[in-house]
Amino acid sequence: MHQALLASVFVVASCGLAYELIAGALASYVLGDSVTQFSTVIGTYLFAMGVGSWLSKYVVRDLIGRFVRIELLIGVLGGFSAAALYFMFVWAPEPFKLALYFIVFLIGALVGLEIPLIMRILKRDLAFREVVSQVLTFDYLGALAVSILFPVLLVPHLGLVRSALLFGLLNVAVALWALWLFRAQLPALPWLRGQGVAALAVLLAAFAGAGQMTTFAETQLYADEIVHAETSPYQRIVVTRWKDDLRLHLNNNLQFSSRDEYRYHEALVHPGLATLPGARRVLVLGGGDGLAVREILKHPQVETVTLVDLDPAMTRLFSTAPALTALNGGALASPKVTVVNADALVWLEENTERFDFIVIDFPDPSNFSIGKLYSAAFYRLLEKHLSETGLAVVQSTSPLYARQSFWCVVTTLESAGFVATPYHALVPSFGEWGFVLAGRRPYAPPTAYPADTRFLTPAVTPALFEFPRDMARVDAEVNQLNNQVLVRYFEQEWRHVIR
Amino acid sequence: MERRAFLAAAGAGTAAALLPACAPPAAAPPLPPGRLLGQAATLGHRLRDGTFPAPDETRRVPVLIVGGGIGGLAAGWKLARSGMHDFLLLEMEAEAGGNSRGLATPAGPCPLAAHYLPLPGTQAVAVRELLAELGVLLGDPRAPRPRYDENYLCATPQERVYRDGLWHEGLWPRTGVTAGDRAQHARFRERLAALRAQNAFSVPMALSRPTAAMRALDRLGMRDWLLAEGFDSPVLHWYVDYACRDDYGTASDSVSAWAGLHYFASRSGEAANAEGETVLTAPDGNAWLARGLMRASAGRIVPGALVHRVVDSGSAYEVDVWLEAEQRTLRYRAGQLIWAAPLFLVPHVFAGHERLRAAARAFSHAPWLVANLTLSAPPDPGAGAPLAWDNVLYDSPGLGYVISTHQRMRLAPAPTVLTYYRALSDVAPGTGRELLLGQSREAWLEAVFADLARAHPELRTLTVQADIVRLGHAMVRPTVGFVWGEARAAFAADAPRLRFAHADVSGLSLFEEAHYRGVLAAERTLRRLGVRFTSSLV
Repeated sequence: MHQALLASVFVVASCGLAYELIAGALASYVLGDSVTQFSTVIGTYLFAMGVGSWLSKYVVRDLIGRFVRIELLIGVLGGFSAAALYFMFVWAPEPFKLALYFIVFLIGALVGLEIPLIMRILKRDLAFREVVSQVLTFDYLGALAVSILFPVLLVPHLGLVRSALLFGLLNVAVALWALWLFRAQLPALPWLRGQGVAALAVLLAAFAGAGQMTTFAETQLYADEIVHAETSPYQRIVVTRWKDDLRLHLNNNLQFSSRDEYRYHEALVHPGLATLPGARRVLVLGGGDGLAVREILKHPQVETVTLVDLDPAMTRLFSTAPALTALNGGALASPKVTVVNADALVWLEENTERFDFIVIDFPDPSNFSIGKLYSAAFYRLLEKHLSETGLAVVQSTSPLYARQSFWCVVTTLESAGFVATPYHALVPSFGEWGFVLAGRRPYAPPTAYPADTRFLTPAVTPALFEFPRDMARVDAEVNQLNNQVLVRYFEQEWRHVIR
Repeated sequence: MERRAFLAAAGAGTAAALLPACAPPAAAPPLPPGRLLGQAATLGHRLRDGTFPAPDETRRVPVLIVGGGIGGLAAGWKLARSGMHDFLLLEMEAEAGGNSRGLATPAGPCPLAAHYLPLPGTQAVAVRELLAELGVLLGDPRAPRPRYDENYLCATPQERVYRDGLWHEGLWPRTGVTAGDRAQHARFRERLAALRAQNAFSVPMALSRPTAAMRALDRLGMRDWLLAEGFDSPVLHWYVDYACRDDYGTASDSVSAWAGLHYFASRSGEAANAEGETVLTAPDGNAWLARGLMRASAGRIVPGALVHRVVDSGSAYEVDVWLEAEQRTLRYRAGQLIWAAPLFLVPHVFAGHERLRAAARAFSHAPWLVANLTLSAPPDPGAGAPLAWDNVLYDSPGLGYVISTHQRMRLAPAPTVLTYYRALSDVAPGTGRELLLGQSREAWLEAVFADLARAHPELRTLTVQADIVRLGHAMVRPTVGFVWGEARAAFAADAPRLRFAHADVSGLSLFEEAHYRGVLAAERTLRRLGVRFTSSLV
């Protein structure tokens, strides 16, 4: 019987370490700064184990029954910890840190209770010397097993949510096994057995349904296989793969899915550039993934493309990783392309070059810093870099989900003296997406595209410029540095979509 | 509540008093390097203590301006704009600009002190002309609601206040505020709106109507006025006291109620493309304005020039100047003299002029500390309202901080400068100056970090350079009875060959006041010289 208990020590120890690693990894993913997250999570966890061990002296009767209950509790709590924290982060990011440390503390305290209880149960059959030696051996072995399995197998193949649920199931299995082993000594057997079966059922259901549960963009991310993850000084870059779908996430925001990114990038580049047969010089701000550049290079008249992207880690990744260079067609290695790693705004302020076509692919205006890059002041700066007949295109969020935000960009471009031409395209990963062309003279859509487009044809083009009733123009103020109305519109509209 | 606050303050005081005795705590990283800057106190103190050699040369100049702050620069600007280029401007510091100077740091320019200009109302004609000349006011400078260059309009969010662990949008906190506080705040604003509707307070203040009721306000302290009007909300009192310290370097119990209300009820500027409360600002604070004015006096500014003796010879002013670079005294015989240096210097410099010397002694000046912290990255915005341009801490001895890069458009967070302000208003000005000059850069820096730590515990590790600026006589104090008293009036008057052009003459240390006094002095001078000009004052 004591072999069985030692096996359970092994499982219990591995589960404990797993929850700790999951919490640390999760906190690093969503909050960044992995050194801080891991060290605070581990610190909290170890401290909580100490608290649990200290509390164990107050457990005096019914050791086995208590052990089973604690085990069930850890199973459910730990099993759902990752899912709960994800949902917490998605729905209520504010108290996330509080919840994180609360959950870590609770699990830590319960795990801290467990080992002393097992030692006391074993003490009936074995000498103290043996108990300490064997329990601690299995305890550390369990920890070793998980620390190797976690990065190699569990995270890549199961993701954090399912890994946590799996360990929850193991805890419950240990509890049920203990119930069976000690069935003769347990007074409240049927009641405990009922609890165990219920916990098992809930965890199994969650494990089976983890796919649906994690379809939210943020949670989906970690259910997929992570093929690349790094934290640059500027952002967290994560590339995931799910079957043939490669996805790029920057700071947990989906940037593209390889299944439909061609729709986005064709729509971003061709409606403008295909009307400019004389366009020699092209500028791309943002878009370090090289996908817009790939589309630009389909136009033979283009002689130089200058890509200004802040993050060398991004442009390096999309210049070297085979799966990603296959996607962007090695665009960043083209002799026509110059990559500049600089803040696009500093670069615009310090350079005087003019371009025939400018692609502005900035993040959505979700905060005041980025909101400035959609302001009339920014567009006036942009105007200084546009050649006489040139065009600029601005990704302008969704005219369907953030209708007023979209039309605010149009109004702002107009206020800066541009002729603004809005259009939209369906990109399934994002939904209905909007773009605005800005130039000095009236614009007419192209009648021909490069031969190898997969989405755009002259026939579908008129529809891009038609705005159905639910996306039709609405009044919006001009987005100025000193009012930042766009950030307020955007916040209201997306909050409405998410809730 | 108040007792608790007192106990907390006492505790903090005890801890601070004990600190120097112990070894520095191991956890505290070493203080960042930096400069100790400020008014050239050592040179200035020679006026009080030292002697100067007799002049070895005399030069003639038709117009001499003493002092290169905004008042002196504005005088030069108006003279030059009117075609009168035959003047010199003497500046004691190495660089003109006064409180509107800027500072260069590894993270770009930042303000040395003054950092904003409210949208000028229609009465501030001269300031509007300047803004139009600098291309910041677009179109007709006399339009009621002109357009302004968006890059100079303070970007949103303009201000926030920290209380109870949370930042709140605006300067009125949302926590710890009762319905009674809110009701008083609303009533206070109604009173201000009524005063504004009466046009009781103007900028420039010289255009305000000094009715008996207004003069009576000047004889009352701002705090007493609040209490007399039935305003006893501690939050409202904090808010008003903060405003008095921020604008006048003086606590609300010492500030004249006229001056206190002027701050709230005089701002009438509007813009076609901004809210009325928006201010004009730039990374270097108001230094762009000083530079704009300086262009008109290019080649006529003498830096490092300390005027130590002024005598009226009957036909001209004899002005003795110590030239620091040449280590000698030079005498100017000036047909017209515009004194644009702070008025507390008058008794030390002017011979004769007993009435002016006596009047000058009635002026008091507030000592200020400014800390420019160059940060490797923006501070952690903290919980609540996002990082604003002006960030104020409730119940703090300081006045909060501004962020130098707030007007910049950037994709990524970049190094910035946090400019922290503190008026030493809790002690008498003289005591404050002793404190200011007596403590080391390191001691002041510790005090700055200690004040900001509750909102920004990370600040110390983010700071790569910390420049402490000590301004012993930063600004005139509009104390009870001072604004409409006789001392000030003595300097506002015109004389055949002498006039004063400094914000001190207005009793309010505002850019618009200094500029107005400078332009007024220049126009009076031009009139005496018989030069034709178009007035910038009507």
